[in-house]
Amino acid sequence: MYYYTLQEDLINPNQHTAFQSENNAFARICPAPFRACMRTMKLIILNDYDQVGEWAAKYIRNKIINFNPGPDRFFILGLPTGGTPLGCYKKLIEFYKKGEISFKYVKTFNMDEYVGIPRNHPESYHSFMWNNLFKHIDIKSENTHILDGNAANLVEECDSFEKEIKAAGGIDLFVGGIGPDGHIAFNEPGSSLLSRTRVKTLAQDTILANARFFDGDLSKVPTMALTVGVATVMDAREVMILITGVHKAFALYKAIEEGVNHMWTVSAFQQHPQTVFVCDEDATLELRVKTVKYFRGMMHVHNKLVDPLPPK
Amino acid sequence: MPTNKSVSKAPITQFVNCRILRDHKLQREDLWVREGRILDPEKLFFDEEGYADQRVDCEGLIIAPGFIDVQINGGYGIDFSQATSNVRGGVALVAKKILEHGVTSFLPTLVTSPPNIYHKVLSEVKVHSGGVEGAGVLGCHLEGPFISLEKKGAHPEQYLRSFQSGGMLDLIETYGTLDNVAMVTLAPELPNSEKVVRELAQRGITVSLGHSVANLSQAEEAVQNGASFITHLFNAMLPFHHRDPGIVGLLTSDQVPQDRTVFYGMIADGIHTNSAALRIAHRAHPTGLVLVTDAITAMGLPPGRHTLGQQVIEIQGLHAYVAGCSVEQALEAASLHPAQLLGITRCKGTLDYGADADLVLLDDAINVRATYIAGQEVWRK
Repeated sequence: MYYYTLQEDLINPNQHTAFQSENNAFARICPAPFRACMRTMKLIILNDYDQVGEWAAKYIRNKIINFNPGPDRFFILGLPTGGTPLGCYKKLIEFYKKGEISFKYVKTFNMDEYVGIPRNHPESYHSFMWNNLFKHIDIKSENTHILDGNAANLVEECDSFEKEIKAAGGIDLFVGGIGPDGHIAFNEPGSSLLSRTRVKTLAQDTILANARFFDGDLSKVPTMALTVGVATVMDAREVMILITGVHKAFALYKAIEEGVNHMWTVSAFQQHPQTVFVCDEDATLELRVKTVKYFRGMMHVHNKLVDPLPPK
Repeated sequence: MPTNKSVSKAPITQFVNCRILRDHKLQREDLWVREGRILDPEKLFFDEEGYADQRVDCEGLIIAPGFIDVQINGGYGIDFSQATSNVRGGVALVAKKILEHGVTSFLPTLVTSPPNIYHKVLSEVKVHSGGVEGAGVLGCHLEGPFISLEKKGAHPEQYLRSFQSGGMLDLIETYGTLDNVAMVTLAPELPNSEKVVRELAQRGITVSLGHSVANLSQAEEAVQNGASFITHLFNAMLPFHHRDPGIVGLLTSDQVPQDRTVFYGMIADGIHTNSAALRIAHRAHPTGLVLVTDAITAMGLPPGRHTLGQQVIEIQGLHAYVAGCSVEQALEAASLHPAQLLGITRCKGTLDYGADADLVLLDDAINVRATYIAGQEVWRK
């Protein structure tokens, strides 16, 4: 994990320029003793699902452009599946089609995959990523990494996934969602906050929630999955969590207003140096008015992070 | 970009900016082709880490499976029922010309003829795949001579025959051979027809009912023996009657075995059948409709072009307009249903992965803009 002091920010050449400009914006409004707090989480509050998708996509776009990836310098992106990131993926595809962004030098690592369903099953996460992102952009297959739920040795598959992340140089930005029970990836309540990529048995709630994708037939729903661990995501240099909808509101409250607790695994990110939570108004319904007002008040600063970048 | 060559080194073409007919719907999807077949791009991406070598921009056109015409008697001056000195050349000419109408496979059809014609023509016309030279021949359609006198239509009376020698013997005597024969139209009320229907069906030859005065029970018995098609519904058969619907009643008959579908050919030119009748048939049994041209020699020739040639061109657009059905249903009636009838859906009539890449590119008014066979462009407007 990376820890920055203010001095390091200014002289470290590897620092992202967006972060620097944000730093400078903060420096103007935030006196020196409070600058340490800039490196804890940001809560971005937008009006609705569509705005969340757009803000997140712009944030990713700007990150990649500022990183300036090339053949020897890939941008490593962690990605989720599910309903929440769909809007963000649609927007990324739009930006790609407009020529604003290329995925040629981007590598991706997905969070999870079901065990035991065929890779081309319409509900597999391979199919999800192909249909909702990969087939629309210029990413190369060899730069995408999704856990193989049909591997002969599942434990080895998980270990080699961790090794691949390490070999790629670690994840620059891990994008994730949150479950109604506060889980990140398939790290269900009770998962160790130090966990790494491993095989997980799914909670009954998750199986019930997934049944709608398997014709309502509980016997067809996978009961196990491979998932990155909480610590795997914590290792990323930056984390962005997308939360939309009122059914996620209580989980968001538990994640940021209560303590770090393995029953609400997303709460671990309170101890990550650079986390962004992007949510819509509905998802804030369980937060204190004070919290919401504070972060809404910062939006004019935070929105600078997604401004279109000047052409090179 | 080349793949990791784990499966094939052949070049890959990606059709982009198009709407394809898949799962009975027009969907905004790209179509991938390799080695003349439709390719699964997800498998290509994950297994082979591959992508396209070339892209074809379809500019928003519709891609449908190539049309299959199961009843076409000739065209452009060629009559398939003539034993000319160049039978193959004649078939080839028509095969080439029908590419302009999006037809990628067809059954050259022979009307009632004397045995020597059958012997000559059938020895020359072989099943073969299509390509740049023309549409593929799936086999011949022998319409007659085992048909009803009362419903001979335009067929010559003196060459009509019956199963007087018991059935198959008559067939072999008349036709000479059953090789390269894909379909036979006969009248099931003729004595001894049951054995013939069963035998032909067993040999994989489609048996069609037509030019017949059969009642519904006779027609149902023929279907139970293996018949699966009706030649130009309504024409050359008894009209629908509410106490005995005749062959037309097969569309809604409950005597058809569960696992079988009875298909019916329709010439949707507004002339052979009133459009209201066409709609009745379509609504009664939409999945069985097969569009045919029943085109004759005069098709495509300048003087006849307006009335006959135009039928052919307008058929797709006319059907969609006349029947009031969706574009998808119209396209399937010309591609998927004939393929289902002939039992060749594994490679023809669909855009499923692994099928032959016989394609037709159409605009929204269902005009043919380009035709492809095995992934190769064989005609462009």
